[in-house]
Amino acid sequence: MRLVVDLNRCQGYAQCAFLAPDVFAMHGDESLLYNPNADPEQREDVLRAVAACPVQAILLEITDEDMAKMAAPQAVAGAGSASGGAR
Amino acid sequence: MRDGSLEHLKREGRIVVVGASLAGLRAAETMREKGFAGSLTMIGDEPYEPYDRPPLSKQVLLGNAVADHTALPRRRAIDADWRLGVPATGLDMAARRVRLGNGDEVEYDRLLIATGVRARPWPNAEEGALQGVFVLRTRDDGEGLQRALAAGPRRVLVIGAGFTGSEIASACRERGLDVTVAERGEAPLVGALGGVIGEVAAGMHRENGVDLRTGVMVTSLESDPSGRVRAAHLSDGSTVEAEVVVVSLGAQRNTEWLAGSGLGAGPRGIACDAGCRAFDVRGIVTDDIYVAGDVARSPHALFGYQFLSLEHWGNAVAQADTAAHNMLSESTDRRPHLWVPAFWSSQFGVNIKSVGVPPMGTEIMITQGSLAERRFAAVYGYQGRMIAAVTFDNCRWLPFYEQQIESTAPFPPPFSTVDRRSDGIKPLPADFPDPSVPTHGPTITLSGYSPADRKMTFTPGR
Repeated sequence: MRLVVDLNRCQGYAQCAFLAPDVFAMHGDESLLYNPNADPEQREDVLRAVAACPVQAILLEITDEDMAKMAAPQAVAGAGSASGGAR
Repeated sequence: MRDGSLEHLKREGRIVVVGASLAGLRAAETMREKGFAGSLTMIGDEPYEPYDRPPLSKQVLLGNAVADHTALPRRRAIDADWRLGVPATGLDMAARRVRLGNGDEVEYDRLLIATGVRARPWPNAEEGALQGVFVLRTRDDGEGLQRALAAGPRRVLVIGAGFTGSEIASACRERGLDVTVAERGEAPLVGALGGVIGEVAAGMHRENGVDLRTGVMVTSLESDPSGRVRAAHLSDGSTVEAEVVVVSLGAQRNTEWLAGSGLGAGPRGIACDAGCRAFDVRGIVTDDIYVAGDVARSPHALFGYQFLSLEHWGNAVAQADTAAHNMLSESTDRRPHLWVPAFWSSQFGVNIKSVGVPPMGTEIMITQGSLAERRFAAVYGYQGRMIAAVTFDNCRWLPFYEQQIESTAPFPPPFSTVDRRSDGIKPLPADFPDPSVPTHGPTITLSGYSPADRKMTFTPGR
């Protein structure tokens, strides 16, 4: 899964680091570090983080390749499938 | 003119985007979103699909992410003809053709130029080619430097303490590596944020164990017999032994390929109007050539219509969107690019963010928090108005200051009740050096032709 965080928009609320700690981590009090190529297994957590971000700073793309790798394809339908996320 | 030509362009026109990075990709997405159904060609000199650069000096150097895994997420499919790994080498404006490095030519009806910048190389090419000498701009640079740091060099030397140089030094310290930073200015970040903030940055370097040398230049690099860098000689007569040297001297704009084309392109970028349309060398705006991202310089109403060149991630996104919109709009539907400059940097565990144009400021005032705690907000003043703000670990206040800047609020600011600590009482000189002094370039360049500007000479064409 590819993702990018608009760090101009990010205000360090750390919701993502709480919901998807394997992908997002706070570095110091306010800086965010994230893995721009998260493992497809993190999908549920990352989707939760995208939805929870108070400033909608996370852009996520779930590629076809990710879909193929995912164990439970039936889970995809409800999740807005392809490019979820905000600006 | 509503003669149907726009509809024709949207249906079956040819759009060529030169530069396949953040700005190019975002523009392409916007064009498709706006219903462009014609052919879209994306030309990029790097062999990779668009990827994100900021992680290269942060997550990647820390080993938290891999350099070849920063490909940008797509907002939508863009159905483009990708020409990657081939640079554009020329432009024929009359024939509306872009020439490529492999001899191919691509014709366009609308052209977007988003060729960005590259790292300024070490001035001595032979020394710059030594093993162990790096710059940091591309994915390959990031991968190479990450590998060199992972090998555990005895000392790293970073030349230039701008944002990138400081982030590299920070990553080195976090990895437990000894690092020396050499900066020609009086402090890190001084070119971008001035002397008052530069002093805070210097404190961060030193407290985190960086061997910071300011007011010095690296005069030469020395190699061992096998062609590996071994040491650097400094202008104060000292020598720094280092196995890895990172040259972080700011950026150069990728405009050489436009030389002789008739487009208004030069070392400061490509001049365009507020609607992202490029100027030709005669100062006449073109109808079919647009510019976005780091390579553009455009006038900004909030900052005295100065031409601004912004090496900022957010500018690439915003300007690409505006350029793409305008490329597919009637003239009365076009939008100006009036994005307020904003950037961030993460170093030594501190989140530095800024809005506005700090180098325009003549005064600075700490409005909240304190410099000593390294948690504060400061505003810059210019001719009695607020022109920029910077925060260290205090970013939630930034939207407030942005709105103040946008509404040309007075400086010094009238709100005295937000914080009453001693730093905030009165304005201080912002203390920006002559822009030619710091080793690092500012990430915002005021590139209008002011009469006081003696840095550029006009060279008429043949």
